Amino acid sequence: MKLKKIVLGSALLLTAAISSVSVQAADKVRFATEGAWAPFNFIDSSGNAQGFDVDIARALCSRMEADCEIVTQDWDGLIPGLKVRKFDAIIASMSITEERMKVVDFTNKYYSGGLRFMGRVGETFDLDALEGKTIGAQRATLGAQYLEDNFTGKADLKFYDNQDNVYLDLISGRLDIVLSDELPTYNWLKTAEGASKFEFKGNSFMKNDEIGIAVRKGDSELKAKLNKALDAIIADGTYAKINGRYFPFSIY
Amino acid sequence: MDFSVVVEYFPRLLEGAWVSFQLVILSVVLGGVFALPIALARISPIAWVRAIPFAYIFFFRGTPLLVQIFLVYYGASQFEVVRESIFWPILEEPFWCAIIAFTLNTSAYTAEIFRGAIQAIPQGEVEACKVVGMSKVQMYRRVLLPRAFGIVLPAYGNEIILMLKGSALASTITILDLTGMARTIIARTYTPMEIFLAAGAIYLVISIVIIALFRQIELRQNRYLGTLSIKVPEKG
Repeated sequence: MKLKKIVLGSALLLTAAISSVSVQAADKVRFATEGAWAPFNFIDSSGNAQGFDVDIARALCSRMEADCEIVTQDWDGLIPGLKVRKFDAIIASMSITEERMKVVDFTNKYYSGGLRFMGRVGETFDLDALEGKTIGAQRATLGAQYLEDNFTGKADLKFYDNQDNVYLDLISGRLDIVLSDELPTYNWLKTAEGASKFEFKGNSFMKNDEIGIAVRKGDSELKAKLNKALDAIIADGTYAKINGRYFPFSIY
Repeated sequence: MDFSVVVEYFPRLLEGAWVSFQLVILSVVLGGVFALPIALARISPIAWVRAIPFAYIFFFRGTPLLVQIFLVYYGASQFEVVRESIFWPILEEPFWCAIIAFTLNTSAYTAEIFRGAIQAIPQGEVEACKVVGMSKVQMYRRVLLPRAFGIVLPAYGNEIILMLKGSALASTITILDLTGMARTIIARTYTPMEIFLAAGAIYLVISIVIIALFRQIELRQNRYLGTLSIKVPEKG
């Protein structure tokens, strides 16, 4: 009898807790980002998420007059986490791809990317002669997918949990070549680790790569709000200001 | 939920399971080999001989396996000296880095299990050995180690299963073990539930095989206990 009461009581409490969470979630937009994709999203020395993506999210929030929260989540858990409502939108430099469109909806693009190889300075690079070379990319990215589709069996492919580990293995010499988005690589090549030792190899490709904010499939209300706010911050110059903080050229 | 992805990618999951299996078997065998001398040193009557395995076990039991893997894989490779040493061809390979980290980790745990088993042997048996005039080596070879082997089995089987689950961490250093393969498949299909359920089921099957195997060895090794318990002397 007593046990029954306790069980019933805790069940009630739990229901109350769950419903209060969902009430709270309604007037709050929870953005998720990765935090390992400098300069778009990274964790600063005090443990906060920073970067272009985060700045855009904040600008969108103040434009939407919404209460926002930014959470970090490992890259390959972003889409699964969005699906199970751990957050409401992903702003993590995610390319709009057909495969992702099957599981999430995207806003309009908030910048454009492209892929580009990178390797050690002075080493020759020939796309048709990558046999025996080890190429690395972050798992579940456009670059990783491109490698899987085009170089399986032609080169040794290695996939990492995050881009920082890709850089570490490039420095250690385990990787000969890295395929990643051009802009973060551009940024990394200016850092102390990257500069003078590594360089871009070949030209950028997949220039039609558009980066959007992912929302749950069917969440057209949030999608419309974000699109409206995005147009507004582009029109009033906020976007250009944020862009200027990270790149001396327009990335839209 | 759509389980057609499981059917489609099952062969790749099995490929990953094979890598996991190799990782576990190799590190458990190597770990077992290292564990015995560590355990024997751990119960040495000489203080400084005891101290070395104590520190070793203290470190490897007290730090997370993930940290140990990262230290071996990403940590060691930061140093120019390591990259230019003769060990680099081994340390360059993620597979061998995982084997090194797993072996070090499991040998620390296994050494403690061995030590416990040796110390669990009743003092009377040790005295009996001395009475019949066995040397220390004879005593260990003929009595203590075979007895300890019987005592150690349940705990040791447990350690191997823990190792199997720990091997999932190999996926963090680019190894396509069962977990790594599952994550790579999910990167394409976005079906974490289905693929992780399938991967979990494969882990379960491997565990069942390990449990069954150890049950058999246990029954064989400790069969004298079975007969002992039946013959209860009657009070006349």
